[in-house]
Amino acid sequence: MSDRTPAQIAAGSRLPPEPLIFERSQRGHGAQAQFAAAPAAAPAARRASALPKQLLREQALALPEVSELDALRHYTRLSQRNFSIDTHFYPLGSCTMKYNPRACNSLAMLPQLLAQHPLAPEQARQGTLACWHELQEMLKEVTGMAGVSLAPMAGAQGEFAGVAMIRAYHRARGDTARTEIIVPDAAHGTNPATAAMCGFSVREVATDAQGNVDLGALRAMVGPQTAGLMLTNPSTLGVFERSIQDIERIVHPAGGLLYYDGANFNAILGKVKPGEMGFDVMHMNLHKTFSTPHGGGGPGAGPVAANERLRKFLPLPVVMQDHLHYRWLNERDLPDSIGRLSAFAGNAGVLLRAYVYARMLGRAGMQRVADFATLNANYLMVELRKAGFDLAFPERRASHEFIVTLQRLKEETGVTALDFAKRLLDYGIHAPTIYFPLLVKECLLIEPTETESNQTLDAFIAAMRGILDEARTQAELVKSAPHSTPVRRLDEVKAARDMNLVWRRE
Amino acid sequence: MPFIPHTQEDIDSMLAAIGAAGIDQLFEEIPAALKTGSLERVPAGMNEMDIARLMTERAESDGRYLNFLGAGAYEHHIPAAVWQIATRGEFYSAYTPYQAEASQGTLQTLYEFQSMIASLTGLDVANASLYDGASALGEAILMAVRVKGDKAPRRVLLPRTLHPHYRATVKTMVEAQNIEIIEVGFERASGRTEITALDAHQNIAAVVVPQPNFFGVLEDVDALTAWAHDRAALVIAVVNPLSLALLKPPGRWGTEKGAAGADISVGEGQPLGVPLSNGGPYFGFMCCKKELVRQMPGRVVGATTDAEGKRGFVLTLQAREQHIRRSKATSNICTNQGLAVTAATIYMAMLGAAGMRAAALRSHENLQALLQRVSAIDGVKRVFSGPAFHEAVLNLPAADATLARLRADRILGGLNLQPYYPELGEAILVCATETKNEHDIERYAHCLNDALHGVEETEGHPT
Repeated sequence: MSDRTPAQIAAGSRLPPEPLIFERSQRGHGAQAQFAAAPAAAPAARRASALPKQLLREQALALPEVSELDALRHYTRLSQRNFSIDTHFYPLGSCTMKYNPRACNSLAMLPQLLAQHPLAPEQARQGTLACWHELQEMLKEVTGMAGVSLAPMAGAQGEFAGVAMIRAYHRARGDTARTEIIVPDAAHGTNPATAAMCGFSVREVATDAQGNVDLGALRAMVGPQTAGLMLTNPSTLGVFERSIQDIERIVHPAGGLLYYDGANFNAILGKVKPGEMGFDVMHMNLHKTFSTPHGGGGPGAGPVAANERLRKFLPLPVVMQDHLHYRWLNERDLPDSIGRLSAFAGNAGVLLRAYVYARMLGRAGMQRVADFATLNANYLMVELRKAGFDLAFPERRASHEFIVTLQRLKEETGVTALDFAKRLLDYGIHAPTIYFPLLVKECLLIEPTETESNQTLDAFIAAMRGILDEARTQAELVKSAPHSTPVRRLDEVKAARDMNLVWRRE
Repeated sequence: MPFIPHTQEDIDSMLAAIGAAGIDQLFEEIPAALKTGSLERVPAGMNEMDIARLMTERAESDGRYLNFLGAGAYEHHIPAAVWQIATRGEFYSAYTPYQAEASQGTLQTLYEFQSMIASLTGLDVANASLYDGASALGEAILMAVRVKGDKAPRRVLLPRTLHPHYRATVKTMVEAQNIEIIEVGFERASGRTEITALDAHQNIAAVVVPQPNFFGVLEDVDALTAWAHDRAALVIAVVNPLSLALLKPPGRWGTEKGAAGADISVGEGQPLGVPLSNGGPYFGFMCCKKELVRQMPGRVVGATTDAEGKRGFVLTLQAREQHIRRSKATSNICTNQGLAVTAATIYMAMLGAAGMRAAALRSHENLQALLQRVSAIDGVKRVFSGPAFHEAVLNLPAADATLARLRADRILGGLNLQPYYPELGEAILVCATETKNEHDIERYAHCLNDALHGVEETEGHPT
């Protein structure tokens, strides 16, 4: 390494803070080329004065007054204060931050498509409906399921739909005693939160030392009160649930259903179909597996897929092909549906991006996804172990992601997973997921995805090695990281205490 | 290989490092019986040139229409800069700002958004968005019931003047929560919620008040808010955010009557710079009074300082959320609609109060012009007398067939209300925004007249 650390090199070029847009405001400014022209001598009857005065706004509106150029510069500068896939390696475990092909965006934003109204008649948008129908069919094939609805707008809403379908299934059979959903203790927080929204009580099943569901505990837990089990496979621990067939043989005979959380579907795309593993219903995260952009936290899309016995409960709307005509299935076609999840057809534009991506990959490309995601993860895992890092499950293969634990490093040096993550930012690498799953102390959950080259992976390994060295020789540098980002480590306790959530004019 | 950079040499050296004979060996933990043979029904891959051609052909075959459809999704002018900035890779391909120091762009944008939308609604605080307007209302109802507590009645009044798809979404979302949703009717003459009919209901947790309502009519929000607050019920406003540049913000509803304004306000953010795009991605927004913030679902951004005392922004109040509270969280929601919110923030920054007011006012005026013009057509009648923002309901003969004839003229003439409100007879909901000029309105009226009064197909229309 050179004498100067990345922090020292970058410190001179740290971006200055950008004021709030409100602080750039100047009375009378505005993007006036964008304003609707003042109506030429509109008859008085048409004006707002025709509206009842008590319904009109009297209070000032605290919006900025800035020129088009000033607004453009401000938001461009803000964008530069972000890490993103387009600018940085982003090995964020469980989030599948792979390259978002630009064609997916530009083709979903063709002017005719952007102008399509969600309530326009089917005859006026057969082309778009064809894309969605074909996407449904492709998703049926890769999941091994009998039906797909594209309606859910995110993974968590897909989970909601799936668990609501489980509820509807039991109720339709008059089986109202099934009031419990079982989730592994390593599950994403959305699983128990979803079960609660669907009116179930939640029971957590333990994980064994090898990262599998504890079958003995599961056996003791199932019964006539079990509505279903929600499972991520490969699990959030970055390993394949090897006893999945045993799990199926425990839950189904007890009358419960199996929910597949598709958070880690990228690891098995084209390798294993959840429908063939015995799952009854599942969701996918198209913003992970099908590479639609994460957009700073959304929008995503979480289509839900179901086998033959649950398909009639799918949420609305669903597209069907009727001879050469595409049409929506509605409440009359699917009377047992759990209903609508949004005002229109979900995150339609996200679905188009996923469609373009799926078509570009095609059959062979989809099968390569899991291959190379897994190759990259196993390579990183092995090389990091060689570099001196502790693995959470050293005896296991990585799936598309794996866990490093820094517990020993913390005991030796006081450097935590949080410190390590912040220091990676100085090296120009987005931090892995930290402190999730909750079962592994001081953990980093690392997911490289298939779109990264081995040169990028090697640079990451070098950075990890460098920080490990720093932790042992100059721990303070790591503990006080980041040094090169536009702001230094931020005070989250103060944020929660002050609750400064909106700007107010002083 | 599309989007996979590895050469055979790369693969070989990586496998050698791992100590595996082939990639297949990496999947040895998956039981052999589960491994799938093929993806027969997935077509072969396409390169970018070919998929671009396919998508362009499909988009062009769908074509474009002169659009007078509204009903919850509105065509407005969007400055070119809005999506050019929003789709910069640094916004587009970033994830949830969990690493705050590496996400100040997204976080500051969300904080600015929260400030703007809170000002529009006249409420204290806002979250960083929910999925869409309808699901935001579902969340608001769940929130209101939580605020009222376990001992309070789980009963919510939902007016029939609310968007039918919002009512359907609410039903799905509260299904399992033992909440009673009571639909309240509207006055046939005005199209407003019937306040006297509310009196039949006691022990209410919350009242939902749309403004404008689904018919485009402005509700008597002050009276409805006062009614609810007199009965200790919360008021959930469902508003069009662009209209709030012109209309009284929910935070001020009923204040002249001694009520304290709406408690929660939600709505569809799409009018703020988000294209129609077949219904999504849009975003739902939610604002509330400060004292309710800990029951609010969704991500929230707060200002704080860094180790050097500089201002910065972080996700905050995360103790409400699923990744911390799990089954006790305020919602299972994990994402927000960040990219659409980024666009909306840029939109509001560019237009400011004056530009948004101009757009809202011009939309209102265009509706008035449209109504004046079409009510001169024989058989066309405005249904409701209540004041309207930019939409209205028209009675006309054979709504479905009339809309089909307009469609043949490349006009989307409105929404047929028959499936939603059979009690209105043959009726359509029509919308005009600032994007329509006098020529468009004239063309609409002309084609509507032809559609209704049987002018020969061969006769030329103005184009």
